[in-house]
Amino acid sequence: MPTYLDFEKPIADLEGKIAELRHQGSGDSAGIDIADEVAKLQAKVERQIRTTYTKLTAWQRVQVARHPERPHAKHYIAGLVEEFTPLAGDRGFAEDAAIMGGLGRIAGRPAMIIGQEKGDDTESRVKHNFGMVKPEGYRKAQRLMQLADRFGLPVVTFVDTAGAYPGIDAEERGQGEAIARSIEVCLDLRVPLVSLVIGEGGSGGAIAIAAANRVLMMEHSVYSVITPEGCASILWRSAEKAQEAAEAMRMTSDDLKKLAICDEIVPEPVGGAHRDPAAAVKAAGDAIARHLADLENLDGDTVRRARRDKFLAMGQVGL
Amino acid sequence: MNWLTNFIPPKLKALVARKEAPENLWLKCPACEQMLFHRDLDANQQVCNHCGHHLRVRPLQRLPHLFDGGKYEVHTVPKPIVDPLKFRDQKRYIDRLKEAQSQAGPGGDGIVVASGQMEGQPAVVAIFDFGFMGGSMGMAVGEGVVTAARIAVQKKAPLILFSASGGARMQEGILSLMQMPRTTIAVREVKEAGLPYIVVLTDPTTGGVTASLAMLGDIHIAEPGSLIGFSGQRVTQAAIRETPPPDFQRAEFQYKHGMVDLVVHRHELRKTLARITAILMKRPAAEAA
Ligand SMILES: [Zn+2]
Repeated sequence: MPTYLDFEKPIADLEGKIAELRHQGSGDSAGIDIADEVAKLQAKVERQIRTTYTKLTAWQRVQVARHPERPHAKHYIAGLVEEFTPLAGDRGFAEDAAIMGGLGRIAGRPAMIIGQEKGDDTESRVKHNFGMVKPEGYRKAQRLMQLADRFGLPVVTFVDTAGAYPGIDAEERGQGEAIARSIEVCLDLRVPLVSLVIGEGGSGGAIAIAAANRVLMMEHSVYSVITPEGCASILWRSAEKAQEAAEAMRMTSDDLKKLAICDEIVPEPVGGAHRDPAAAVKAAGDAIARHLADLENLDGDTVRRARRDKFLAMGQVGL
Repeated sequence: MNWLTNFIPPKLKALVARKEAPENLWLKCPACEQMLFHRDLDANQQVCNHCGHHLRVRPLQRLPHLFDGGKYEVHTVPKPIVDPLKFRDQKRYIDRLKEAQSQAGPGGDGIVVASGQMEGQPAVVAIFDFGFMGGSMGMAVGEGVVTAARIAVQKKAPLILFSASGGARMQEGILSLMQMPRTTIAVREVKEAGLPYIVVLTDPTTGGVTASLAMLGDIHIAEPGSLIGFSGQRVTQAAIRETPPPDFQRAEFQYKHGMVDLVVHRHELRKTLARITAILMKRPAAEAA
């Protein structure tokens, strides 16, 4: 039973009807009539999905970006990275499963892969701390990026977090410093860094691994300075105003493309990545391969300078 | 009523004349609740003379105490585009900005960049203004840091950052988040030029400012009692359902957890900064003042 978002009700109704008809048709002699009806409904539901998804509001995009069946970092890694060899630990305190990282080959190139993983059932969500990275996770990311730098491997990061973990223990271990240092390491790398926002790009927790040469966004992913709920509770003094906050913050991929924050939007299958994860992963792989190829012949100083200049130039266009 | 409020002892005055007392003459210490006379506070660099609490100061109050003879140069910061998202919550962002600017003076926005001599040592400072929209870091503040860093490199002088910020300027959306990498690049380039980058963490320093330029200093100094942390206390409590310890995210907590080198009284800041930068830059010791 797929998960439907609240605005997908018409889609859910149609797909429910189709399932019902198919069930009726299975033992019946009137099979042909039913097959005909199913085909009609099928065409209708496809139109419905298309129209719904071509005019999603910012808040609906947020919901799609958080969809529980949306492909996560582990799915992108499984689909795109050959010989993936996970590496663990920050060498100072702990391993943090909210950050997956390791060596592998992507589009045939040896590379370092880093991704924020939210988990997709109760057990794995707890294991991955819902994708909320702790200081040791960011320190692990720094270690892996520096390892890649030493061996001249490009770094690919998959961004998907509501934000860095805000607990007391995280504060005790210097969450601010860990994020700051990760940003600094990103900006120091003399190897290409390509980041893909696959779901939620949540604030400092996201930029910590996304100060990249190229920042790509899946079509229905979002990227913002604070969650819409957080923004609403501060500026509107009510978390209920999250829809308005999502709209006002301009956090969708197309707005971020216009603001020159996002370099490329990776189109998702009609109805969102969760309707066809394999197709979404493949589209992402093609885009990543293209950007890696684009960057691979630049020398270290040039690739670093280009990354820094890109960020220094940000903010010259508004909406 | 001035003659009266000037002669009645603070505690009594608080009882009899709370409403009539002009706010600019007397101030209640937020820590010990003693009434403090503004002239005494000014003379004491806004440190409570009863309990030593460091009150928040705005950049123009801090500057004269940092530089020799109270002499310094304020540098203009290039203006970024205003209100890039045409943001509106219950109020238009552009109106909020105008309101804040009418108090801060024209063109001001959250940061002041200045340079001068500290105990004979040249220094460039960038001072966050918490009084301007909570010291939130938007494009103008980011530009201030970039400018300060460039001046430091030009002058071959150390860069000293005084942080005071509630975090990102949410009304500038993603462009405010991008000030984290932008300011990180700016201070990185000061370090790469072989110059010291020193951070003085003041009350309060939180959010995206803590998670970028404020935690990347070669040396971290904190003013006593300052709130310093990444996530807001309400966020932490909501997430953890646990009451934080009483010194949570204070300067002394950050010192204990290894994030701060020194906790320094405001009166000692200039000397400490001058001593450290002179040693790092292998310059002769400053003349005893
Ligand atoms: Zn006091």
